[in-house]
Amino acid sequence: MTPPRRPQIRIKFTKAGKVRFVSHRDVARLFERALRKLRLPVAYSEGFSPRPKLSFGLALSVSHESDAEYLDVELTELPDLEGLPEALTAALPDGITVVGVVALAPGTASLQQAITSCTWRIEVLGAPTADVTAAVAAMLASSELPLERVRKGKTAVADVRPAILDVTIEGPTAHGVQLVANLATESVSLRPSEFVTVLGIEGLTEGLVRRTHQWMTIDGARQEPVSGPAPSIGHELQRAS
Amino acid sequence: MTTVWPRLEPLLPRVQKPARYIGGEDGAKAKFPDPALVSWCFTYPDTYEVGLPNQGLQILYEIVNERPDARADRSYAPWVDLEELMRAEGVPLFSVEHHTPCGEFDVLAFNLSAELTYTNLLNCVDLAGVPVRTADRERHHPFVIAGGHCTYNPEPLALHLDAVVLGDGEEVVGEITDVLVAYKDRPEVPRSEILAELARIESVYVPSLYGVDYDGPCVASVAPADPSIPAEVEKRTLADLGEWPYPKEQLVPLTEVVHDRLNVEVFRGCTRGCRFCQAGMITRPVRERPADQVRTMVANGLERTGYDEVSLTSLSTADFSDIQNVVTDIMDDGDDAGCGPVSVSLPSLRVDAFGVGIAAQLQRAKRSGLTFAPEAGSWRMRQIINKLIREEDLYQAVEAAFSEGWGRVKLYFLVGLPSETDEDTLAIAELAKNCVAIGKRHSNRASVTVSVGGFVPKPFTPFQWFGQNTAEELQRKVNLLRDATRRMKGVQLKWHDPKATLVEGIVSRGDRRLGPVIEQVWRNGGTFQEWSEHFDLDLWLAAMADNGLTVEDYVYRHRTEAEVLPWDHISAGLHKDFLWQDWQDALAEVGLEDCRWTPCYDCGACTGYGIEHVVASATPPAGGSQGTGQDLASGGEVPVTLLPTRQAPAPVPAPARRSGVPA
Repeated sequence: MTPPRRPQIRIKFTKAGKVRFVSHRDVARLFERALRKLRLPVAYSEGFSPRPKLSFGLALSVSHESDAEYLDVELTELPDLEGLPEALTAALPDGITVVGVVALAPGTASLQQAITSCTWRIEVLGAPTADVTAAVAAMLASSELPLERVRKGKTAVADVRPAILDVTIEGPTAHGVQLVANLATESVSLRPSEFVTVLGIEGLTEGLVRRTHQWMTIDGARQEPVSGPAPSIGHELQRAS
Repeated sequence: MTTVWPRLEPLLPRVQKPARYIGGEDGAKAKFPDPALVSWCFTYPDTYEVGLPNQGLQILYEIVNERPDARADRSYAPWVDLEELMRAEGVPLFSVEHHTPCGEFDVLAFNLSAELTYTNLLNCVDLAGVPVRTADRERHHPFVIAGGHCTYNPEPLALHLDAVVLGDGEEVVGEITDVLVAYKDRPEVPRSEILAELARIESVYVPSLYGVDYDGPCVASVAPADPSIPAEVEKRTLADLGEWPYPKEQLVPLTEVVHDRLNVEVFRGCTRGCRFCQAGMITRPVRERPADQVRTMVANGLERTGYDEVSLTSLSTADFSDIQNVVTDIMDDGDDAGCGPVSVSLPSLRVDAFGVGIAAQLQRAKRSGLTFAPEAGSWRMRQIINKLIREEDLYQAVEAAFSEGWGRVKLYFLVGLPSETDEDTLAIAELAKNCVAIGKRHSNRASVTVSVGGFVPKPFTPFQWFGQNTAEELQRKVNLLRDATRRMKGVQLKWHDPKATLVEGIVSRGDRRLGPVIEQVWRNGGTFQEWSEHFDLDLWLAAMADNGLTVEDYVYRHRTEAEVLPWDHISAGLHKDFLWQDWQDALAEVGLEDCRWTPCYDCGACTGYGIEHVVASATPPAGGSQGTGQDLASGGEVPVTLLPTRQAPAPVPAPARRSGVPA
């Protein structure tokens, strides 16, 4: 017998400033405590060591910022969502701001399953704009981009060209060059640090990196798991299903 | 306001766990760094994860920040990867609140709770841009101060510490601040004058004002040059913990730390009288926090922090008066608050079924491991160390643990105790085997982890005269146990590196001549000696040899009754003849009961300071056989006069005996 389906909410939050140095795992702990502080009726797993039922989307690397982080929470009953983003923000450290909370329709795909790509603002350091521009053009023109990765102690070469969906050059920053890249997260995926590597410029390093969007593909169109600040519940119930 | 943040931030993506360095904890004060305020930087000389939970530093941090004329930040030792980058880029040690350079504070105050962190203290002072020796500091440098249990023998760092606080710091921190406020705007007053002023505060020791004469390996005398400086420095003891409900806002870090939970101190002091235990000797008498205050602190703390676990801290929490009802109340409060399941943990669980019963009842949200500390394998040995646990107590505790669903228990033992024979050592393996057999009745997978540490004699204990076992001897005993347990199914043996035990021994009872040794180890890269990957015995042995000192003299040699000990000018309230008598009792295998529940035997801790035990109930806890004065077979009550709860510390006629106080 399957247990009765319990309500879920999806939280969208941003992470910026000093708190960008806090790891994904620690952010999960911060949310666990914030939810407890607000006395939300979070569902717990069964067993010897019950854990709150939280599931995050794709991990954000330590030191990267984000405008679009997501967290799904399973509850025993649906709380009043009015004012919840503000209350959660107040219960979280400076730099983490909850910008939206929506109720999920039953059967909504998990974040891990649904996200297909992310848009990143990536600052690269250590090369003039002209060189970076040329490297981006070459990258987009290539039909194959082999990247050597070490996974579980084994080295494997993968063609990551399919993961690069779009790159634009915004121009120079105080210390480097600002790029915006849309990188796939499924089948072939590419992380921002790997993206900098495959640009192929000797000595090029990553400056400030910020995730601006996580995208789902629904009926061929891409959309965000929660769009805009604090949309109304009814609207989201429709959209998320 | 100076901040190193713009220079630090680009380094952080290049180091492990950068969240250690950003501050931002819930509860952090980040008081505006007004230069008119006396500023303290409370520093823990180890990593953030180890140092942040330190309750002593958190308490003092709040007390200073509550003053209108002072402020406090915190700092921690940077891990080796960041230190390397900081030194390369010229970034000094910083506080985590404002990333203020630590050299800009009026006081750099360290907690010293482990000998192997001493080199880190020097490293922190140096990283702050402050000369490591007190003699080289100028008026504008911070005062480098330390407190904590290790400072009961401050001599190994006498060359480096400007001042040392002995005992409870709650009151003293304010008295030091008063002095510094008075001199804040008087840069013309020489540093030496301020140090002398600090030395006149009760429980503040200024090592540079005392001269030491030596007689071969021994100290001949320690005395202040100036007669206005006290010849003996007494520890400070809070009479009533209930007046100090700190920390009121425990720091909740952004990244996981050790003891990552709400911690509420339920009592200070312990009179179980375990003879190896320095903490139990130097923190007497027992001072319980009132149960209603404990309850309030827990309820408020859980609500404010969002933690789902609270630890009731003390040296032996199951001994807290009426502990069972106190924890039941706490759990009911948690249920009423509706924050989800709350677990209560009791560190330092007593070895009996009563404690396990509570533990099983309490750990609802998650189950942590159960650790018992019989400390020695044979009854003879346990009489010597005055840890009067019968074998049956242990077996009942283990039976209770396995029957309550725990699959593994951990047993903690010491080796290298006075008069220990191989038979005593091997008795540890026998106990473990019997415990596994009990476990197998409940689960096929039942196992017992035996953790063995080498014994280091500590100042102000009856064992302070005992010559520590050599590293080779400790290793031999570990090997005996390893061989004995190798074929015991379900027994896992772990041990502390005897080489590290040796270095703890060098520092534990050392004198001022160790200062250059510690400094040399630090200069040769010997930081983070608590971490096995960085510990390096050779650095220590080379530094000892270069300074003409031997391990034999400092560690292995038995001391005589007449010998002047390097810490004889420090007082923990304990009479030296009480400790010597207890040492003789130990060798005669005579146990001593807990004076909370039996008459006073005048160790000095109460009588010397006109204070007494503060306990809500004079009835020994059920099932607690360990020296409670009760019939060891019964676990029942003993007739003693009840001390009223929260009695004001009125002057008591000497000799003050707890049982003599009218109810």
